[in-house]
Amino acid sequence: MSSRLVTRSRLLLWGGCLALALALPLVFKSGFLISLLCQMGIMVVFSLSYNMLLGQTGLLSFGHAVYYGLGAFATMHTLNAIGKDGGPLVVALLPAVGACAGLAGGVLLGYVTTRKAGTTFAMITLGIGELVAACSLMFPGVFGGEGGVSGNRVIGKESFLGFTWGPQVEMYGLIVLWAFVCTVAMFALTQTPLGRMANAVRDNPERAEFVGYDTERVRLLMVILSGMFAGAAGGLTALNYEIVTAETLNAHTSGVVLLMTFVGGIGFFYGPIIGAILITVMQIVIGGMTHAWLLYFGLFFLFMVLKAPGGIASLIAVQRNLWNAGLFGRMLPHYLAMALPVLILLAGLVGLVELTYALLAGEGVGAGDTATKVLGMQLKLGSPAPWVTALAVTGTGLILTRWIGNRAGAAWNAALATLHGDKA
Amino acid sequence: MSAPAIRIKGLKKNFGASEIIRGVDLDIHRGERHAIIGPNGAGKSTLFHLISARLPVSSGTIELKGENVVGLKPFEINRRGLSRSFQITNIFHNLSVFENLRCAVLWSLGYRYSFWQRLAGLADARQRAEAVMEDIGLGKRRDTPAGILSYAEQRALEIGITIASGADVILLDEPTAGMSNTETEEAVALIRRVTEGKTLVMVEHDMGVVFGLADRISVLVYGQVIATDAPAAIRCNAAVQEAYLGTSLNHD
Repeated sequence: MSSRLVTRSRLLLWGGCLALALALPLVFKSGFLISLLCQMGIMVVFSLSYNMLLGQTGLLSFGHAVYYGLGAFATMHTLNAIGKDGGPLVVALLPAVGACAGLAGGVLLGYVTTRKAGTTFAMITLGIGELVAACSLMFPGVFGGEGGVSGNRVIGKESFLGFTWGPQVEMYGLIVLWAFVCTVAMFALTQTPLGRMANAVRDNPERAEFVGYDTERVRLLMVILSGMFAGAAGGLTALNYEIVTAETLNAHTSGVVLLMTFVGGIGFFYGPIIGAILITVMQIVIGGMTHAWLLYFGLFFLFMVLKAPGGIASLIAVQRNLWNAGLFGRMLPHYLAMALPVLILLAGLVGLVELTYALLAGEGVGAGDTATKVLGMQLKLGSPAPWVTALAVTGTGLILTRWIGNRAGAAWNAALATLHGDKA
Repeated sequence: MSAPAIRIKGLKKNFGASEIIRGVDLDIHRGERHAIIGPNGAGKSTLFHLISARLPVSSGTIELKGENVVGLKPFEINRRGLSRSFQITNIFHNLSVFENLRCAVLWSLGYRYSFWQRLAGLADARQRAEAVMEDIGLGKRRDTPAGILSYAEQRALEIGITIASGADVILLDEPTAGMSNTETEEAVALIRRVTEGKTLVMVEHDMGVVFGLADRISVLVYGQVIATDAPAAIRCNAAVQEAYLGTSLNHD
């Protein structure tokens, strides 16, 4: 264990991540991809802030979007208030306003929510989330009503070091810098007395009280700090989209950040980063391909909860342990063998879902014989051919997956047994 | 003369209609090792919960080093120098042995809720946690998550967390429960070592441990202390023998 703040390996890792993130637009040049990257960066900060509660303090919140939304609205109003008087430098610093708003929200609401942990906390956050969402519709002057509040992030005549934040790629650079600073700060927090005591309160609040810590205070401080980072993410989203609607602070947004964090893995600092990137891609890429994306999203979440409750980060951690124990080579052929059956199964399932969806969605215009385009293929929904094919593919995939999966599962269990046996 | 470590007067605790602690008066002297014994259901653990504020007091007073502590929260009592262990192991399961102990020393070293200092840079916290870790014989398990330690190791860690903050009044609730004979012997040696110069109050069922460790013994029966005395006198006390009818205090 190193006691130095900046070690060479840490510097390499963080510096490498920053350089990689900044270099991505060189490869992904299209406007669509850059927008995607922007959204990812914002969600990384948002979900990391959420995991300060869920993973680190053991607090399941259903209303984290409140802080995100408050940050977004505060930033947007500040942007509009500054108007022509400001310049690009001021705009670049605006997410700090969002952070302050999130922090203030955390102080105010955290005081109410953190009295209790567990289910009570979850229920109170749900209630407060609904309350704030309702308020957002009741005060259109502040929250802009249905249309939201919009603004223009390009203000002033001069540029700052050549940046005006007008082009999306410049906005991306700004997001990366903010995301980097926030991520480093959130990681640093896990290495402080408060960060560690948050873990202690998560594991055993009673014991934490009996070693001198006020668990309510620990929870409150974590909610405030996490609200601050969520607010910064909200500030970025305001600048990025130049519009903030009530959607930013409602239960749906709170749900999405929960999913991202959980799927990524709440037990690891980097878990939410993976989750944010993956879910954002799913949302935007799959969302652009099919109307049924929410269904896939739900199925994926269900699969993760049942099969990998530790999230993707925990799967990676197990692979790393296997690798270190020299067992990864034993599992690799099984992983490869699984790839094909799983792909077949997925193809079959997707076919069924898309056919069904097309049939149901097309009902109004006289379904049955309607020809429809599914994944670029022109299909006749009325004829049995596409249905039989999809069913056959699904069935084949299912049988193959089970057959090969059983052997892979046995090998997996054997490898894990060896791994844990070696440890003990 | 300074106030006793703990002075309990007229302490009562009822759960609904049933009175569990029915007027306890007890002085624990500074620096003594005091055992509380009694039949099952006598209220020994409840008494500990009242002293440590895990349960609210119904009536009566508890003074810790001369200061009334009734109504304070557990963490406030802990900060006044009273630390306790639990009958059912109460540790931070997902944290390593070292992290468990470091958490236990942070407050007493004044780090409070700091989020501007780095744990790794706090040499005093590390040294103190490491010293306790060696003391309780878990030096080799430093990075093992507490949740996967053996039972005896978890019990040792429980004691370690309890004494790590340097509290001078230590309450141990059945520290040897569920241990084998060898493990019990080790635990007794450990308790003797780490409570040197401190006030120790313990609830214990193992009479060997009680008579081996305690300077004084209090016998709690039906929520009342029927006798407080030196071990030899307790052994001969008629009321105590009656309460323990059918069992013998002399076998050990």
